[in-house]
Amino acid sequence: MTDKEKQEQLARARANWEENLRKTLQKNPEPKEFKLDDGTPVEPLYDLFSLPGFDEMEMLGLPGEYPFTRGIQPNMYRGRLWTMRQYAGFGTAEETNARFRYLLEQGQTGLSVAFDLPTQIGYDSDHPLARGEVGKVGVAIDSLADMELLMDRIPLDRVSTSMTINAPAAVLLAMYMAVAEKQGVSPEKLNGTIQNDILKEYVARGTYIFPPRESMRLVVDVFAYAGEHLPAWNTISISGYHIREAGSTAVQEVAFTLANAIAYVEAALAAGLAVDQFGPRLSFFFNAHLNFFEEIAKFRAARRIWARLMKDRFGARNPRSMMLRFHTQTAGCTLTAQQPDVNIMRVAFQALSAALGGTQSLHTNSKDEALALPSEHAVLLALRTQQVIGFEIGVTDTVDPLGGSYFVESLTNQIEAKVLDYIRRIDTMGGAVAAIEEGFMQREIQESAYRYQKEIEAGERVVVGVNRFTGGADQPMDLLKVDPAVGERQLNRLKAVRLNRDQRKVAEALQQLRKGALSRDNLMPYLLEAVKAYATLGEICGIFREIFGEYQQQITL
Amino acid sequence: MAGEKIRVLIGKVGLDGHDRGAKVVAQALRDAGMEVIYTGLRQTPEQIVETALQEDVQVIGLSILSGAHLQLLPPLVELLRRQDGGDIPVIAGGVIPREDIAYLKEAGIAEVFTPGASTAEIVKFIKQQFDQNR
Repeated sequence: MTDKEKQEQLARARANWEENLRKTLQKNPEPKEFKLDDGTPVEPLYDLFSLPGFDEMEMLGLPGEYPFTRGIQPNMYRGRLWTMRQYAGFGTAEETNARFRYLLEQGQTGLSVAFDLPTQIGYDSDHPLARGEVGKVGVAIDSLADMELLMDRIPLDRVSTSMTINAPAAVLLAMYMAVAEKQGVSPEKLNGTIQNDILKEYVARGTYIFPPRESMRLVVDVFAYAGEHLPAWNTISISGYHIREAGSTAVQEVAFTLANAIAYVEAALAAGLAVDQFGPRLSFFFNAHLNFFEEIAKFRAARRIWARLMKDRFGARNPRSMMLRFHTQTAGCTLTAQQPDVNIMRVAFQALSAALGGTQSLHTNSKDEALALPSEHAVLLALRTQQVIGFEIGVTDTVDPLGGSYFVESLTNQIEAKVLDYIRRIDTMGGAVAAIEEGFMQREIQESAYRYQKEIEAGERVVVGVNRFTGGADQPMDLLKVDPAVGERQLNRLKAVRLNRDQRKVAEALQQLRKGALSRDNLMPYLLEAVKAYATLGEICGIFREIFGEYQQQITL
Repeated sequence: MAGEKIRVLIGKVGLDGHDRGAKVVAQALRDAGMEVIYTGLRQTPEQIVETALQEDVQVIGLSILSGAHLQLLPPLVELLRRQDGGDIPVIAGGVIPREDIAYLKEAGIAEVFTPGASTAEIVKFIKQQFDQNR
């Protein structure tokens, strides 16, 4: 048979099947509609006809090669697994340090620091707005003294550390560098990431301080400084995670993340940096949600879109600038407080989608996180889940095992097309910053979040243990309680630091910082001097607040 | 009075930026015919009380996911009482452990809605409170 005859045979068979299907549906109609996250219908069957004119080289290429659809390494996890990185932090620096060292002993391969809200918003622990918040959702860091305790007995030349810090990211990076210096570790050996993604704070996460333009300066200062001094540091983790947690669809998650990424690239180019100088150090952070194949396709689509954007739109030449490297966290918003043990299964499937989507690092949520910060036992189980996926079930033995699946490739193409539509719309508005100021992304996300909730309440979206299969009593669990005395201990340490430092040095460093902020200088050297003099985070951000002003939230409701 | 709209303040107290729940609830209350004043993020108890009195609301709904509920909610209720707003029921939602709920209710919080609660339950509760208060 010739190829043409084979094609015709297939088309006839397909038509026959459709007729068959029609009859079946007449007898037994399907009980529900099948939809993706954003309402796109899912077909009963995907086959050769779903991918007309599919050009394998153009759409997939080979792993480790442009457009990186199949992954950024030629052999992916055969060479090295993803980094298992559990986000942790609570109470004081000593307590978090103990949790870090526990996790490293259990086989975790990287650290991830959660900071408390006053730290994330640039207030010292004794600020009136810090009332009740000190040490609650992360560790409190007021000054270099706290960072020293946080990293005590952790060799900074041998671990990689990710810090979820945005508005004051440059300050925390300076503290980390100062601790490394005390450990005798030179900056070029430092490995890690600061989130430093301010745009999604305005859109979804809420820990902004300064207005967008001033914040973008801080972001770009970090790009420029790290380009010269911290070659192995990821200067930003452009995050869709929180956009998704705020209620967006998978498509919106990728679209808004990449639109924000475009804004950062444009800001860096406008500051005179070369795309291949900062491009390779940009990293990303996505959510692994419930719709298994859609999520896998989402990761693959994001890689392809980014590679093409960097090459075609920004003229990158270095393949490393085109590689979308990303961290993944399983979707916190899908965890239920009801029957929390069931969350173990949700997390495992979400984590599997991240592995099949080619993630570079992964955080698996703990089963008790709809109730409290995770207990040590629950965190261990979450880490073990990753280890089962990585070591026991064989999914890491070959690259992109779902590549070429009719369904997954169709989804990848669909997501790409819809993301590009959004990016075009945002470009028309004047880019991500303008779209955020106008409240566009916020409104789009809100609508999706509301639709999602209504689907749950109408029973169209099943949540096991919540709106279906609700029988059975919840087992009581041992939850983590943050010691209420944490606030007081932290206040005492802050007081002692303020009392015992060289006040003249602090005043001088802050004076210089103020001058720097008023000029066009890169602020990193000033920040290093200030943190080394034990100026507090609140003092430093206080100066920026004075000079840059504070962002006033767009209420889009 | 038939057709009288219930006025509700939805607020985010403390520093946490998770406003998905607050906004979803606000939208659901509006769809249920209520008038909703949404404060946005980072409100202090003082600001919430001030807005509630100024806007003459009949119910206050507070969202908090940072774990600072024990430190922020009881003082807010206390402040409301001192300013003659003690008849305005205050309800709360968020990641609030079961063992804290009794304490919050003792401190004067009318109800606590935790993850998994439906907006229909919240609407129903607010309507009941409103009818009782009339």
